[in-house]
Amino acid sequence: MASYANQECFQSNDDLPIVLLHRLPSFNSPLKDILQPHFHLLDPADSPEPASSFLSCHAKSVRALICIYNTPLSAETLNLLPSLELIVAASAGVDHIDLEECRCRGIIMTNASTAFAEDAADHAVALLIDVCRRISTGDRFVRAGLWPVKRDCSLGFKMGRKRVGIVGLGRIGFEVGKRLEAFGCSIAYNSRKKKPSVPFSYHANVLDLAEDSDALILCCSLTEQTHHIINKDVLEALGKEGVIINVGRGALIDEKVLVQFLLRGDIGGAGLDVFENEPDVPRELFELDNVVLSPHRAIFTSESLEALHELVFTNLKAFFSNKPLQSVFQIE
Amino acid sequence: METNHHTTQQTEKEKNPNLEKISGIKMKSIGVLMTCPMHKYLEQQLETHFNLFKLWHCNSSITEFLKTHQGNTIRAVVGNTEIGADAELIASLPSLEIVASYSVGLDKIDLRKCEEKGIRVANTPDVLTDDVADLAIGLILGVLRGICASDAYVRIGKWKDADFGLATKFSGKSVGIVGLGRIGTAIAKRAEAFGCSISYFSRSQKPFANYKFYSNIIDLATSCQILIVACALTEETRHIINREVIDALGPKGILINIGRGAHVDETELVSALLEGRLGGAGLDVYENEPDVPEELLGLGNVVLQPHVGSDTVETSDAMADLVISNLKAHFSKKSLLTPVI
Repeated sequence: MASYANQECFQSNDDLPIVLLHRLPSFNSPLKDILQPHFHLLDPADSPEPASSFLSCHAKSVRALICIYNTPLSAETLNLLPSLELIVAASAGVDHIDLEECRCRGIIMTNASTAFAEDAADHAVALLIDVCRRISTGDRFVRAGLWPVKRDCSLGFKMGRKRVGIVGLGRIGFEVGKRLEAFGCSIAYNSRKKKPSVPFSYHANVLDLAEDSDALILCCSLTEQTHHIINKDVLEALGKEGVIINVGRGALIDEKVLVQFLLRGDIGGAGLDVFENEPDVPRELFELDNVVLSPHRAIFTSESLEALHELVFTNLKAFFSNKPLQSVFQIE
Repeated sequence: METNHHTTQQTEKEKNPNLEKISGIKMKSIGVLMTCPMHKYLEQQLETHFNLFKLWHCNSSITEFLKTHQGNTIRAVVGNTEIGADAELIASLPSLEIVASYSVGLDKIDLRKCEEKGIRVANTPDVLTDDVADLAIGLILGVLRGICASDAYVRIGKWKDADFGLATKFSGKSVGIVGLGRIGTAIAKRAEAFGCSISYFSRSQKPFANYKFYSNIIDLATSCQILIVACALTEETRHIINREVIDALGPKGILINIGRGAHVDETELVSALLEGRLGGAGLDVYENEPDVPEELLGLGNVVLQPHVGSDTVETSDAMADLVISNLKAHFSKKSLLTPVI
């Protein structure tokens, strides 16, 4: 049972620590109900007042903020919160938050990596197996009643023992590597920094990694440096039989170029959970059997959402008790 | 002694410099019957090395076909999971010496008849173990994480209207394996990397296996959330997954079958899925392939594959090479690489 459900709360709202809920009006999270008994929640999206005026009037003393999913959090908004010390990001990615502003202000940030890492890794592995073994293609084949007619579905490709290159060896990337080792895959990675304690081989740049890999798995965050990190050169280096899996952000890949490579058969296949302009997906991909399309749901399991709620609650409690936080995101 | 042996070998080679070529020509006259289309590369190799007869070119009965095509010159049969070598076929091939199966499963071969008649049997173990295990994990993830269903969702344009919905986590779940042979063990190794707890049911406990053993399949099904069929099909294992087992697995449980369709009482499986008594299923095999129960075709909590467990380019070629190697070994009076009998 989640720890927040066990906690009794006898304090009146006035005594409860104030937490700002930062969300788009359409984002209705169960977090509000979960946290309400324990914190004095301010929810500008629920107020008829415009957000900036609400914050100016009510949020000057707010020390902690929860950012729901990928609600954009700009420097402009942060400027209205002079007392802010902590941002609890209820998401794995934080590219929707002005990190530079947070760094300048010394604001601590936690994200949901620890709650989401296993699910995101499972999803990446699922996409890789599906692309190589044509599982979705085979499923379509059977459901369309083609098996008795055509008899043979086209052959897939061996997934195990492939050379896997992981782009971004954070928590998610590490979990991906750990799983794929059991399939006989050799694991290499590129990351901002080499991780000496990790049993995988390091490549200084993504191009070298692509040269040495049969499959690239993108697990890194989206920053200025990683925008379109997968470009024409990298795809060429990956090669005609190479497979690319993306569970990071759509903009890690130059999508137009990827589509061209797939249409020309210059790359072996792709498993994509994210796209540059969600929910728009390039229509040309719909006809391809060597592509698996996933509607940005790598972390959407009931278990991970429960873990997220637990993590948010625990971190807020810890913050207001001056205890250590979990899943702290290092802003660099 | 060694020197003499070496000298003897050299003398033989000197006598017959075209030894390999001659045995190649001899083999070309050996009749091999392929039971159905399986793999183009295998067909080509059989045509290159032997005198290949294709059973599916038969318009009349098998007996007529064999009369016309000199059935008594056929010394080998290459079968697969679809058509193997049953008693009737064996009886109609008086010169049959070896059945080389393009499969690891032997349920389509009358092994008793082969043993009686001194016919050798070979199969294709090991080369396909990894691929079948990879597919088993792919099926689990496909069902729990809705990979195929959400791919279809995107392709028909539904993502623009609404998000797909929550899936179920795989990592950390309890996995039960029916049959801890080569394939079962490979599946266990992979599932362990996802933090799953592994238990199994087998004819006997495996001393080397560090997993929890259940001597009763109902107990296994009760204890796990994901049940995987990975055993051989025999008289004892036919319909081993019956209503009782399915009910023990329960509404949150999922069944994965990469064994044989006949392992599962398909009628019971279908009704359990339709009634919500079973959470989901990932199936690569069915009782009457290529027919798949129509009721399954519309379900979102199943993943359906057309018996592709070992159908990768790499493994299909490796299996074909093994079939050819076994045949060549037999006809060169050498030991079979992967003998069954």
